[in-house]
Amino acid sequence: MRKISLSNLDKLFALISEKAKLYLPVDGKNGIASFKLWEEGVQMSQALNTTRSAKDFFFPQTENLMEFKTEGKNIEIIDTRTEKEDFVIFGVRACDVKSFEILDRVFLSEPVDSYYASRREKGVIISLACGRPAETCFCKTFGIDPASPEGDITAWKTATDLYLKANTEKGEKLLASLDGITEACGEEAVEEQKKEISAIMDKLPLKDLTTDKFGVGKTKEYFNSPAWDELSSHCLGCGTCTFVCPTCQCYDVKDFNTGNGVKRFRCWDSCMYSDFTLMAHGNSRLSQKERFRQRFMHKLVYYPDNNNGMFSCVGCGRCLAKCPISMNIVKVMKTLGGKEND
Amino acid sequence: MQKVTREMLIEKASALLAEGKVDRVLGWKNGEFSYDVTPFVFTDVESMKKDFVFGDFAFANFSKYLIKETKKSENKVLVFLKPCDTYSFNQLLTEHRFNREKVYAVGIPCDGMVDVSKIKEIVGDGIISVESGDLIKVETLYDGVKEIAKKDVLAERCVNCKSKKHVAYDELMGEEGEILDSNRFDEVAKLEAMTADERYAFWQNELSRCIRCNACRDVCPACTCEKCVFGNPNSGVENKAASNSFEEKMFHIIRAFHVAGRCTDCGECSRVCPQNIPLHLLNRKFIKDINAFYGDYQAGEEVGSRAPLTNYTKEDLEPSEAVNKEEN
Amino acid sequence: MTNETLIPKLGVITDIRIDTPDIKTFRVVSPEGKKLFDHRPGQCAMVSIPGVGEAMFSITSSPTNTEYMEFSIKKCGCLTTWLHQAEVGQNVTVRGPYGNPFPVDDVFAGKDLLFVAGGVGLAPLRSVINYCRHYRDRYGKIDIVYGSRSKDDLLDYQEIINEWSTDSGVNVHLTIDREQEGWDGHVGFVPTYVKELGFEPNKTAVLCGPPIMIKFTLQGLSELGFNREQVYTTLELRMKCGVGKCGRCNVGNKYVCKDGPVFRMDQLDELPDEY
Repeated sequence: MRKISLSNLDKLFALISEKAKLYLPVDGKNGIASFKLWEEGVQMSQALNTTRSAKDFFFPQTENLMEFKTEGKNIEIIDTRTEKEDFVIFGVRACDVKSFEILDRVFLSEPVDSYYASRREKGVIISLACGRPAETCFCKTFGIDPASPEGDITAWKTATDLYLKANTEKGEKLLASLDGITEACGEEAVEEQKKEISAIMDKLPLKDLTTDKFGVGKTKEYFNSPAWDELSSHCLGCGTCTFVCPTCQCYDVKDFNTGNGVKRFRCWDSCMYSDFTLMAHGNSRLSQKERFRQRFMHKLVYYPDNNNGMFSCVGCGRCLAKCPISMNIVKVMKTLGGKEND
Repeated sequence: MQKVTREMLIEKASALLAEGKVDRVLGWKNGEFSYDVTPFVFTDVESMKKDFVFGDFAFANFSKYLIKETKKSENKVLVFLKPCDTYSFNQLLTEHRFNREKVYAVGIPCDGMVDVSKIKEIVGDGIISVESGDLIKVETLYDGVKEIAKKDVLAERCVNCKSKKHVAYDELMGEEGEILDSNRFDEVAKLEAMTADERYAFWQNELSRCIRCNACRDVCPACTCEKCVFGNPNSGVENKAASNSFEEKMFHIIRAFHVAGRCTDCGECSRVCPQNIPLHLLNRKFIKDINAFYGDYQAGEEVGSRAPLTNYTKEDLEPSEAVNKEEN
Repeated sequence: MTNETLIPKLGVITDIRIDTPDIKTFRVVSPEGKKLFDHRPGQCAMVSIPGVGEAMFSITSSPTNTEYMEFSIKKCGCLTTWLHQAEVGQNVTVRGPYGNPFPVDDVFAGKDLLFVAGGVGLAPLRSVINYCRHYRDRYGKIDIVYGSRSKDDLLDYQEIINEWSTDSGVNVHLTIDREQEGWDGHVGFVPTYVKELGFEPNKTAVLCGPPIMIKFTLQGLSELGFNREQVYTTLELRMKCGVGKCGRCNVGNKYVCKDGPVFRMDQLDELPDEY
């Protein structure tokens, strides 16, 4: 374990920036914190979390996949992929770090998605323990400990210092390169903070939410539940929950005619959108109820079915904060799971 | 003035349900926290007693919900409308979007909705409970109970409330308010005072945060097209993320044009934006211009009113004059 | 750079056959004139015209064809309409093969086979029928029931008449929905015809066609004593990636592009009814 005084944070950021691009949460206007490139003078946000999740770093909202030149009957395929640069993300919370594992299981399973993989390979993640979890947090439900987030390096911020501990080879390498401005230290202060966080976790409003009723093999139990009607009845069909969600990874592939060729790009897509499953001759999910059901069944049943029981939710609470009609996975779990889950 | 309470609304609903005047109630259902209130259709008093809420977080403008709700049954649905909701209600009637006969509208007074993100800016995360009042009592996990003046945490659209008067209802509860002399155009004026480059930079910065979730469109009572051009895969500009930054702006600018003259300035677009983009300012600019060019016009004030942009008169301003007016 | 499945290969259309008023069969090879890649019977590929669209199509030629692949494509949406206007020499992009094939080398081996198809539903079955014909001695009797709206709507008609019908041990039963001048074959819907033909339930059946045909054919087969474990079909849903990542072609926890498109009926019974 190493530590550095909070008054020297800028030195730390500057030193990391010398090695690779450093991104950290920064407060924007209108109360929106988001990951920004660190430069001299950029202040780290005090917010618990960024409005958009950290998934953008590996699975950006839009990215170019390839280009085509077409002329008459001829087509030329142009591979536009380039070697990615190393980068460091500082201040990723436990929930978002866990989301990377969920995305990995999709994008890094065969056939590996090379766009995602190359970013994943180049990124070093410095996670940050959550000193003040919000009322909307329920990461514990999914077995995540906000006091000990995963990542290449884990950081803890106390009133006076930042503590750093490497968890992976990548992390050790980066942390070792910072030895000049950090000092070796004991784990007492961190252990103390872990205890404090643990005590707060036991007071959170959603502390008793469990996944017991969900997971592998539950399709038949829930697919035809009458509760979906009520739960989905006022869903606007917008993509807010999907796009703020750190684990939602559905995408669309679209072509854009630049007038000088065709750009094939990938962008986030939402199963909440009516055209998500639209084909020339029909649509397998005609109503918002079916689309709404898909999103939650995927997170609570289908994904676990295909991933040894791992859920596709990390309890970050963004959908709780952002849904225009305040419908969210917690309400779905409580309604479907019945009284015992309340 | 006697305050209209949750209990009074339940009592009213209960009576209307018992009389058989309505068979369901479009209302607000409590959530996990004080502030995550969901629109809900109640069909019995028992469930209302358990879950119905009314207060500082009863945001949802139910007018648009009536399009879907009135198609579900031959019977009437009871809807509670805040003053600003009634403007959307009328505008939708003007556009023949739902059957008035299938609605029993109860006007309820409103002293402004509270924006929880403004509370969070003051008290931080960990809100356990919020108690209404002129002084709002907020209890958090970390700092115990704090009192905040309601006026300091009013939702943006309520800070600039345009009317406490209902323009439509079958029955009114509480005292009727008045149309307010709001200063809602002040911020538009600030934008107008900018140079073109400054203004471009302002919108560039704001709209670049857009994640194309379409929540603004989907919640908007003026956006009621059966098939939105941005939801049509063959339009080349459908939904989702843009292929370049120009498209993002195009979405919002086109949307603003599409609702111009019909937007009642209900503010739902800005409320639901997950990225806190002040989208209502685009619409307000149109409203301000329409007022300046054609005389004051408030969409939804009267059912059947002909909006200046869809109503030709000989006295209409020539486009060239409009440009001159704009420049001066 | 590592391989990337989303980046396609270049193909050239070398032949376009007009099969029916709305179905054309496109022959595709690499620019060097070779077959683009190997596949198994029932597998699919993503075919695209950049700027128009990319969609999943069954590879209708048999894997035993080492020279080229074919796609029988019905004019239906943007991309297919565009392709129908294309000429020989047009480049396309192709990526694949995707999906699980029919179990031709294990489950089907030594069995009597019954293929039932309606309309363009013959397209996905053509590769497996021709594969089984190629390795004729590995399989028992082969029955093919195929129907369409009219004689003109029968896909691969020449191949059926000239090749399939003349094979020994292969019985082709054609039917069209309504009487038509110049047609002296069977008239009636496919499910009814299957029942009339009264097959012994010792066969492995493969169905492909419109949902309504599948539904009633299944009923008929069940009346004839077939189990759902003996019946295979192939599904089609909206796809973008072809490799189980873009998230739209799932039926419950199965992705049609990756876990299908071939499913056994009893496997489908385990999935929610959303296809």
